[in-house]
Formats: sequence, C-alpha cells, structure tokens
Amino acid sequence: MSTDDAPTKTISDYEAVLTKADTAVASFEKDDQTLSHRIRSALRKNPTLIPALVLLISILAFGIIADRFLQIGALSTILKQVTVTGFVALAQTLVILTAGIDLSVGEILVLSSLIMGNLAVYAGFPVWLAVLIGMAFGALMGLVNGVLVARLKLPPFIVTLGTFSIFRALKLWYSQSESIRNADIEEKAANLLWFGKGFNIGGASILYGGIMLIVLAAVLWYVLNHTAWGRHVHAIGDDPDAAMLSGINVSRTLISVYAVAGLICGFAAWIAIGRVGSVSPISFETVNLASITAVVIGGTSLFGGRGSIVGSVLGAFIVQVFTTGLSLAGVDDYWQMFAAGCLVIIAVALDQSLRRASQ
Amino acid sequence: MTDVQPILKARGLMKRYGTVVAINGSDFDLMPGEILAVIGDNGAGKSTLIKALSGAVTPDHGTIELDGKPVNFRSPDDARHAGIETVYQNLAMSPALSIADNMFLGREWRKPGIMGQVFRQMDRPRMEAFARQKLSELGLMTIQDINQAVETLSGGQRQGVAVARAAAFGSKVVILDEPTAALGVKESRRVLELIRDVRARGIPIILISHNMPHVFEVADRIHIHRLGRRLCVIRPQDYSMSDAVAFMTGAKLPEGVTEPV
Repeated sequence: MSTDDAPTKTISDYEAVLTKADTAVASFEKDDQTLSHRIRSALRKNPTLIPALVLLISILAFGIIADRFLQIGALSTILKQVTVTGFVALAQTLVILTAGIDLSVGEILVLSSLIMGNLAVYAGFPVWLAVLIGMAFGALMGLVNGVLVARLKLPPFIVTLGTFSIFRALKLWYSQSESIRNADIEEKAANLLWFGKGFNIGGASILYGGIMLIVLAAVLWYVLNHTAWGRHVHAIGDDPDAAMLSGINVSRTLISVYAVAGLICGFAAWIAIGRVGSVSPISFETVNLASITAVVIGGTSLFGGRGSIVGSVLGAFIVQVFTTGLSLAGVDDYWQMFAAGCLVIIAVALDQSLRRASQ
Repeated sequence: MTDVQPILKARGLMKRYGTVVAINGSDFDLMPGEILAVIGDNGAGKSTLIKALSGAVTPDHGTIELDGKPVNFRSPDDARHAGIETVYQNLAMSPALSIADNMFLGREWRKPGIMGQVFRQMDRPRMEAFARQKLSELGLMTIQDINQAVETLSGGQRQGVAVARAAAFGSKVVILDEPTAALGVKESRRVLELIRDVRARGIPIILISHNMPHVFEVADRIHIHRLGRRLCVIRPQDYSMSDAVAFMTGAKLPEGVTEPV
C-alpha cells in the first residue's frame, strides 16, 4: 500500500485489495414485472410464440370473416394441404440453420417420387423397396449439394440454383414428361398411396401423412436441441470459422445436413404420392419457394444459427390458413398470392422489431 | 537440460498468405511443465505461429513434433484430440449458443444409458454444472445465467469463458493468445493464477501477450518473435522489460544473434 513516505512500491500494488473481492454470483432485484416486460421476456425465451400467436390470430380472424372457415372440414383440409409443404419446410429449416439455402428441394421431391412410382408400378418392385430406393436417391441428390457446398466452398444459393436446373432436366428426361396415373398406382402398388389414407374423428379426416409431419417435426426438434449434431448445426450457421476453431468438422456436418434434407424430401415424395394420388413430373413447382416462405415466417433467420423447427411448421400453417381463408372468403387466386407475399414481409418485420425490443 | 526433450517442437515453419510472408522459417520449443511467453511486434507472425501449432493453419514448410513424434495437424480438431487446447484472439465462440453449449462444443457429454447411446441425448445438467464450476474457479461471478447466450456477455466475460474452456480441457499443452487483453483487473489476476494452476498440474502453457508485466511475472522463458522468426529465447531473470521490448522492436540485438535478413 502506498503511504506518504513510501509511495507505490510494486507494479501490482493495485491488486492488493483483490483478496476482499465479492465472491457471490451477481444477482439483481427483479423490477421488470410489468405486463409488457413479461410478454417480451416470454417471447425472448420462446421465439416460437410469435408464429404461434400469428397463427392463432389469423385462424380467429378468418373465422369471423368466413363463417365456414372454423368448421372442422375446412380445418382438416388445411392440415391436408399443408403436409407436403410442411415436410419440405422441415428439410429447408435444417439447411437455412447452417446459413445456407436449398432451391432444389422441390426437384428432389418430384424426382424421388418419379423413381418410387416407376419402380413400383412399371418395374414391379415391392413398394417398400421402391420407396427405399427413391429415398436413397433423395439423400444422394442432397449429398451432391452438400459436397459442392462444403468441399468446393461454393455459395449454397449458386450450388442449388445449378442443381435445381440439373435435377429438373433429369426429372423430365427420366419421366419422358409422362405422369403415372392414379388408376395404375392403385392397381399395382396401392401401398404407395398409404399416407393419403387416414381416419375420421368427428367429421375431420386426419391423414397418416399429417400425423407423420408432426412426428418428424418432433424428432427433428429433439435432434436439433438435444444432440451434439444439432448444436453443431446451429454453431456452423452462427459462425463457421468459430465452429471450425472449436473443433467441429464443419464440412462433414454441412454435407450431412444437405444429405438429411435430401432424405427428408425423398420421404416427403412418398407422402406426396399419397396426397396427390398420382405422380406428375410437373407437380410441386412452387414448393421450393413455399418452403422458404414457411421457414422465414416461422422466425428462422436466413443468416443462420437461429430458428426453430416448430416455427417452420407453424409458418407453413400460417400460409395455408391465409390461402384457404381467403379462398373461402371468395377472394381470387392472385390476391391470395399477394397476401402471402405481404405476409412474408410483415412476419420478418415483426420478428425483427420484437427481437430488437427484447434485447 | 540436455536430456529433457521439448514437448512441442517446431523446426523451419514457413507460411505465406499469397505474397505476404507470415512466418519465415521459424523454430519453436516448448519444454515440459513450463510457461513460455511469446512476444513480438504486431505482424511479427505470432498468431500464425500459434495457429500452425494448434492446427488452425497448415504451414507450407517445416515440421512439428509433439512428445518427440512428428504430427501433422490438418484441423483444430486434430490438435484437440492430441491434447492441445487453444484460446484464440477472436475467441472462437458461437454467439447464439449458451455458455455451457459453447464450452462443450465439439466434445459434448452424453447421458448415460440408452438415452445417450441410442438417442444420443446430451447431458445438459452435468455440462451446466461443470461450466458453472469452471467459471467460478476463474472468478467470473458476474455471469448470472449459465444458459444465457454468449452474445449477451461482455467482451471480457466471453474471454473468461474461452480461457475457462481451454484450462478445463487441455491435457498436453494449453495455448493462450492474448488471454487478458479484454479482462478486468480481478479477472486478469485470476487468469494469471489459473495459468500457474495449469502449470502446477504439469501442463505447459504458451502465452502470447503484449502485457510485459504479466509476461515477466509468470513466464519461465520468453520467446521473442521478430520478422517471422524466433529472434531469441530469454529468461525473465536475466533481462529487463525494456531489453525485451528493445529486442522485439529491433532497437537492440541480443548477444550472439545477428539480424536475420
């Protein structure tokens, strides 16, 4: 210690008081108990609440506008129509969490469904084998995307824009632009349509495909939040360099993400056959952008690292609620599209402002 | 000293980024159980040297030996598996993930039994308790919630988390690149104590720092890096801080050393 006759002696003299330092973990009195604080803190802890609230409000709003909307038939129609988009949105969420994007998901889905249909209906393969081979091709196409993104270090947008065209060309060549008719599938490979079947509860027909969507979403939620792989996916989207320095094998994880996304699209192909009843090379042309829309409305950041699986499913539902609600209210198709476009912009603006306010 | 072999040894390391030479035939020796400080001007190639030793950069030429065996790290993961743990200047953390998740990134603990083996579930409670304990050992008592995202921490707190991570998991060598640059007085002191603790466990430490009092306080030997090479290695007892600064800036040449061309 310094005194008048002995000034500061050592260079670390100022550290002498450190032995008396406070050793308790910092804590503060909680004074943020007003309603708006509580709402904000709830939203910050559970960002998925935002799309959930939007979905609830839009269902209620359309219930008031179009009186047929809240009937069980309309609601189960929404679940049916959301299924395929929902599956693709799950795949898209994985990719977007790594700060990537997959524009080829729709083509992977249709090509996989063509392979399943051709093998089962024309080549006489048993349905389970045809489905497995179709899904394997879905995973393979995802793997190609992943290798190009991770090993050649190309931007995901460019890679999947390229493979979008490539898979599209392969799809038209493989199918010779011909559809597989519903009657043929029912006659030779009826189990391909299994996910289009379902059961009735109180007038609502629930399809196995819709249930499968919920199951897969739950599985992916678990994987992303409770396994190391899921944490690595988030970390890579957040900051790939930091992830690499932390000892994560970034390129292997990236490749696995794209391959899993392809596999999910391959599985969605089976669901889609059941949903539509036939296989057409020109079906699901809009599912690419619809899946991105659903993911974004669900609150997943296009910059990677933040987002949720549940949000994406909710996002897909929100879009479908708007489309169905507007059509029940007698609004023309193009205004439905217009509304979906507005929805994306509003959803992202709302999400951004809530996040800012909550920080 | 003759029969003590360096635990980490590098010879003739060379790394160019395009036309820029970062390290130019540098040697490096880390003895078992010592604290070796590396000092040098900005741009002298300290960080690149350290990255070559930690696997983040693959040198163009030169050899690295760990425990007398040649190693060829192709990624930081390789180096970590070999027991070399590093705190980088930019800290290498994922801002959106929690403190506990960051500390265990790439080496998550799984639950025992079927949940861990088949469903690969992480053991969050155990990881969180361990993270909290390590942060408390470091005196980082201002972190309120072990599950808060790293982006909500201050720069110094982040650095504390990174240092705690390296100290907790390093088994052969711990490399600290500017570990106290953003830390407060109390936390800096704790980091210096922690460095001594780690050495007391028998693990050697490489400390890169611009803080001469810290360097002279804890280091057993000081590696002075200049123009991409090891200029000399001195013992802090034999020289003053101003000598060290004179060597690293080129104001003075150490005895027996001729200026590299």
